[in-house]
Amino acid sequence: MSGRLGPRGVPFALSAPALALFALMVLLPLVLTTLLSFQQYDHERGVQSGFTLASYAHVLGDSYYYEIFFRTGWIAALTTLLCVLIGAPEAYILSRMGRPWRSIFLLVILAPLLVSVVVRAFGWSLLLGPNGVVNQLFELLGIGRLKMLYTPTAVVVALVHVMLPFMVIPVWTSLQKLDPMVESAALSLNASPWTVMRRIVLPQITPGLLSGSLIVFGLSASALAIPGLLGGRRLKMVATLIYDEYLHELNWPLGAAIALALLVVNLVIMLGYNAVLEGAYAKRMGRG
Amino acid sequence: MKRTGPLALVFHTLVTIFMLAPLVIVCLVAFTPENTLSIPWGFSLEAYSLRWFKAAFEHSDLMQSFWNSLGVAFFAATLSVALAIPAGIAIARHEFPGRQALNGLLLSPLIVPHLVLGVAMLRLFALFGARGSSLWLTLAHVVIVTPYALRLVVAALAGLDRSAEQAALSLGASHATVFRRITLPLMLPGITGGWMLAFINSFDEVTMSIFITAPQTVTLPVRMYMIATESIDPMMAAVSALIVALTALAMIVLDRLYGLDKILVGQH
Repeated sequence: MSGRLGPRGVPFALSAPALALFALMVLLPLVLTTLLSFQQYDHERGVQSGFTLASYAHVLGDSYYYEIFFRTGWIAALTTLLCVLIGAPEAYILSRMGRPWRSIFLLVILAPLLVSVVVRAFGWSLLLGPNGVVNQLFELLGIGRLKMLYTPTAVVVALVHVMLPFMVIPVWTSLQKLDPMVESAALSLNASPWTVMRRIVLPQITPGLLSGSLIVFGLSASALAIPGLLGGRRLKMVATLIYDEYLHELNWPLGAAIALALLVVNLVIMLGYNAVLEGAYAKRMGRG
Repeated sequence: MKRTGPLALVFHTLVTIFMLAPLVIVCLVAFTPENTLSIPWGFSLEAYSLRWFKAAFEHSDLMQSFWNSLGVAFFAATLSVALAIPAGIAIARHEFPGRQALNGLLLSPLIVPHLVLGVAMLRLFALFGARGSSLWLTLAHVVIVTPYALRLVVAALAGLDRSAEQAALSLGASHATVFRRITLPLMLPGITGGWMLAFINSFDEVTMSIFITAPQTVTLPVRMYMIATESIDPMMAAVSALIVALTALAMIVLDRLYGLDKILVGQH
């Protein structure tokens, strides 16, 4: 069957069905959305034809949107920071555990990844609600009840829960490449545990930390279900803003403009990281 | 094992509690006999009740959405594997111009936020009049789960010893026979793992689906999202507990089949 295609045709024929689907369902819709963002929206007549930068000008000229972008930015950044502070030590502890425990706890940490984010958001709303377990615990400890649900606290806590596996996985992977003998050697040569951490472990996991941070930041900045369920109506983030523009305000061009901005920011971060990584790799190869 | 200090142990315990707490709490609340979201407590059977599970099974919208999700996830996973096997072979075994671009495009749903894919596909569906079509919804799910299937197919091909294939070819077997009798069976664990991962991811998907489902095609997570934004009652906990149980079951199967840490961490 492959004889007629020639060597060049085979890979093309093999990938053609997937390519066709992705062209139709990814590339075409993104092009259409880009075009949509340049169309005029009228409250009475809906989307108009023509070319205008009105949607972009509207977003850039209103401090309301800056506030939402800023809030999304700091919530995603705080989530990323917390994931680094929790995920990196946890991955390190996991990597030093013994045989059965290591796989068991790795699964415990990673398994929530497979449970629907709506279920996890619901779980957090039970825990953080006014009469939830966490508030009951606070009361026992004498802290008193706090309002957490429908505040940034709940959103950040739930986001950290959802994103933590995305931090543990790359750090864990880079720790796998670390020979434990190197650590032992350093210790036997009188290096302090702190020095071993700083000079051996940290450089080893830096690429993992970096890639984990990017994934976590990107996913947090575009998360919809968590802020939608735990942030309430008043705590808007970029994702819930886009949701409202599309499904409540029906101002699709404006929603498209914001969604494209989100996509561009995401892609710049991801591709920028790849460039950094390749540069670092080339440098290491050059040195070796 | 080695020098895991007490501080590390405390930290690890707290992280474990943090990761499990929301899942455990929904499973507990699911058994409440009360009308409110309370944790059942006590040693007698009366302290627990299955009434909210019953309520969930009698909720017709919810059940409809469950079957929608099951159907979409099944066909999306199957179709994504069917696309990923040939595409994976092209990527893993052939050098051709545009190979990197193809790989990047097929993995792009991991980088492009589902939210953006959702609004983009909403535009496409609006132009095609495809809202409310299960077929188009399934195709959209194929797009977002293909990266998972593709990664496992490529990983399976990369770890495959080619000497058996070469031996068969040198003994006069045709390329088609070699593929059917040797390559495909050797790829099978990767393919099955990819199918299941694709199924789970499609079944759980909410962010994209929320934009492109119509009342008759609403999937389970979207339905739960809609219910949860309106009112929260213990029925949600019962549904969530069922999902947790089903996911746990799927995870056990996946683990036996392929090694869950391999799938999740992606070590090959």
